Amino acid sequence: MDARAAIATESAGGRTVLGTLRSDPPLTMRQTGPVTVHLVSTAAGPLGGDHLELRIDVAPGTCLEIASVASTLVLPGPGESVTVVEARVGAGATLRYAPEPTVLAAGCAHRMIVRLALEEGASVTWREEIVFGRYGERPGTCHSRFDATIGGVPLLRQEFVVGDPAVDGSPAVYGDARCVGSVLVVRPEPPGPPFADAPAAGRTDKPPTSGRLTEPVLAEGCVVLPLAGPGTLVSALAPDAAALRERLTWGEARATRS
Amino acid sequence: MSANHDDRHDSPDPHGRALRLGVGGPVGSGKTALVAALCRTLGPVLRLGVVTNDIYTTEDADFLRRAGVLDPERIIAVQTGCCPHTAIRDDIAANLDAVESLEERFGPLDLVIVESGGDNLTATFSRGLADHQIFVLDVSGGDKVPRKGGPGVTTADLLVINKTDLAKHVGADLTVMSRDAAAVREGRPVLFTSIREVPEVYSVAEWVHGVVESWAHAREHPHGPAVPTTNA
Amino acid sequence: MNAALLLLADSRLPAGGHGHSGGAEEAVRVGAITGPGDLARFLRGRLATAGLVAAALSAAACALAARDDASAVDEPGRSYEPGRSDEPGRSYEPGRSYEPDRSYEPGRSGEPDRSGGGAEGEWRGLDAEADARAASPAQRGASRTQGRLLLRSARRIWPSPALDAPARAVPQGVHHPIALGAVSAAAGCSPHDAALATAYTSITGPATAAVRLLGLDPVVVHRVLAGLVPDLESVARTACARTAWEDLPAHAAPALDLLAEQHLRTEVRLFVS
Ligand SMILES: Nc1nc2c(ncn2[C@@H]2O[C@H](COP(=O)(O)OP(=O)(O)O)[C@@H](O)[C@H]2O)c(=O)[nH]1
Ligand SMILES: [Mg+2]
Repeated sequence: MDARAAIATESAGGRTVLGTLRSDPPLTMRQTGPVTVHLVSTAAGPLGGDHLELRIDVAPGTCLEIASVASTLVLPGPGESVTVVEARVGAGATLRYAPEPTVLAAGCAHRMIVRLALEEGASVTWREEIVFGRYGERPGTCHSRFDATIGGVPLLRQEFVVGDPAVDGSPAVYGDARCVGSVLVVRPEPPGPPFADAPAAGRTDKPPTSGRLTEPVLAEGCVVLPLAGPGTLVSALAPDAAALRERLTWGEARATRS
Repeated sequence: MSANHDDRHDSPDPHGRALRLGVGGPVGSGKTALVAALCRTLGPVLRLGVVTNDIYTTEDADFLRRAGVLDPERIIAVQTGCCPHTAIRDDIAANLDAVESLEERFGPLDLVIVESGGDNLTATFSRGLADHQIFVLDVSGGDKVPRKGGPGVTTADLLVINKTDLAKHVGADLTVMSRDAAAVREGRPVLFTSIREVPEVYSVAEWVHGVVESWAHAREHPHGPAVPTTNA
Repeated sequence: MNAALLLLADSRLPAGGHGHSGGAEEAVRVGAITGPGDLARFLRGRLATAGLVAAALSAAACALAARDDASAVDEPGRSYEPGRSDEPGRSYEPGRSYEPDRSYEPGRSGEPDRSGGGAEGEWRGLDAEADARAASPAQRGASRTQGRLLLRSARRIWPSPALDAPARAVPQGVHHPIALGAVSAAAGCSPHDAALATAYTSITGPATAAVRLLGLDPVVVHRVLAGLVPDLESVARTACARTAWEDLPAHAAPALDLLAEQHLRTEVRLFVS
């Protein structure tokens, strides 16, 4: 099955309107709030052989939040399943992309491509969670690639491979984790001075309130990493999807000003 | 001496660099204590930097910083991955990098002291890293050590035999040590110290100062006659 | 293969590598590496991720340095190399023309002109690609330190204008794989040689560290390394697939990121990284 869906925002008198909301089953979308769209899968899958593309365009100065109602279960089929998400975020625009996790079922062969192009001054939170099989299940294979640029300059490029004997169970890659996830956080240059999280001794659980994180913050299975460019990556490994979400949420709070 | 010294302050040689002095010797012989003492005594007259090669993390660097003998920023710790002798002899890249970064940030300097991580009697500094080196022994290792020799004892520009205050307790005969050291060192100087009793280590400081002066002189008069190094 | 590859891959190359464990010290401390079995899995995973990324960056740097070197002395009869052309306004991406008819991708158009001075801008561009593939500041720091030390030594071992540009372009140190690629070119090695040397050093450092830290039998550890030879070959091959810089491998190793950051917070450390 091939599907190409698209979302685009427009600015109307300073307000965000959804100019385009084009579903293409199984990529079906519903507007659930003024600037919120939920992905509601109308079929199982993707299945091997499916090619699904989502295009997101957040016009300068507008806001968009994308979520999904349930996790995506990737199933086997004839050939590889491919999902491509291509997003552009304009200057002064805000995008939060935080769907439920992608679960790799046994026998699947999945390819995930995300290309995120930000203009300077864009604000983005982008979450990605991959779960290695349902409970007690050995996952198929998956190869994801994520490329984010700001004003054309590379910010973050990362690939994850699951189901390759070289990396599965390697203490250098996933260890004994059953899920991997990350949240990329990009905020326009903040007005406040750069901040370091409270030192371990006087640690409070209150997230910092201004500036950009300069020092990595570490917790069990989760690390908040200031990138070389203007962004922060929360990276986490966990035994299950619930723990993964908890770690990413904790990390995201540390990466952002609230 | 100070006239010469001040001249140089007024006309720093842009192509020059500080003298690099290696301080090596077995673990616990008093290298860090000596470096601290030299900083204390020479700090007022020379522009100094220190590189430590700790075995574990930054303990020597931390000790020196706590001792307050030098601006903590002028002390850099190099990690050696279990191989202190590699970092001063076979692969000196990390130490050179540390020395140069000190010179870049605080230069011009007169003297950069590199303390080795403490190793066996065969560990000496590469000539690519240290212009001169001091080897520090202590009397508690027994009075036979100088006779056994080894590259550190025989070839170092200065041999320091430390902890003379302990000699009577460990039954070490300083005369024997002095005679044996002289025999294997072909006239190169040997100094006996007790950093515990004379924390200023004047004798070693004087030797170091002399070496720095002749280095500075050679730097300013590359083709002129060398000033002889002070021999103790 | 050029015999200089042997010098480049030798752990005795005096470039500061002996102080780095590539995450192995922390992995040993937290119990993730306890013996040859864990070590083999650690090394294989490291090679397939960080090793592959480094090898690809190194091959790209080698190609860039060889091109710079060659353009200084334009000897006749050189074979054509895409990306070497002298078209005006092209300064950022020598690899771009390898795939002239690629489809649209965001971020590909309108790339800023990073040049600010010929080849130096290109070195900064390649270095930025390495930055984008290293999320952990601890790993970026260790990589730059090693890159700086390697260039420092190599500029005396293999003096070459091809090594001056990267050193000038990024004074705090280009990333290690980029330095190793440039040095490979200066030593007369091919991009494939560079990829091989880089992939190899991505596992020998941690292997040696594990021998020292755990007192493992060095013969057993070398047997583990010997078992990785096919992986090394395939990584070097993959790393040399001609592609635009932006499409070079970017395999992440989240456990290595965690280990690297944790390592810096560990009190007793023998290795820099
Ligand atoms: N009794 C005595 N102890 C000394 C003397 N010099 C140093 N020490 C002590 O010897 C120990 C090791 O000294 P340190 O400088 O850390 O040795 P390093 O390992 O060579 O750097 C410390 O406890 C010092 O206080 C000395 O002259 N006499
Ligand atoms: Mg010491």
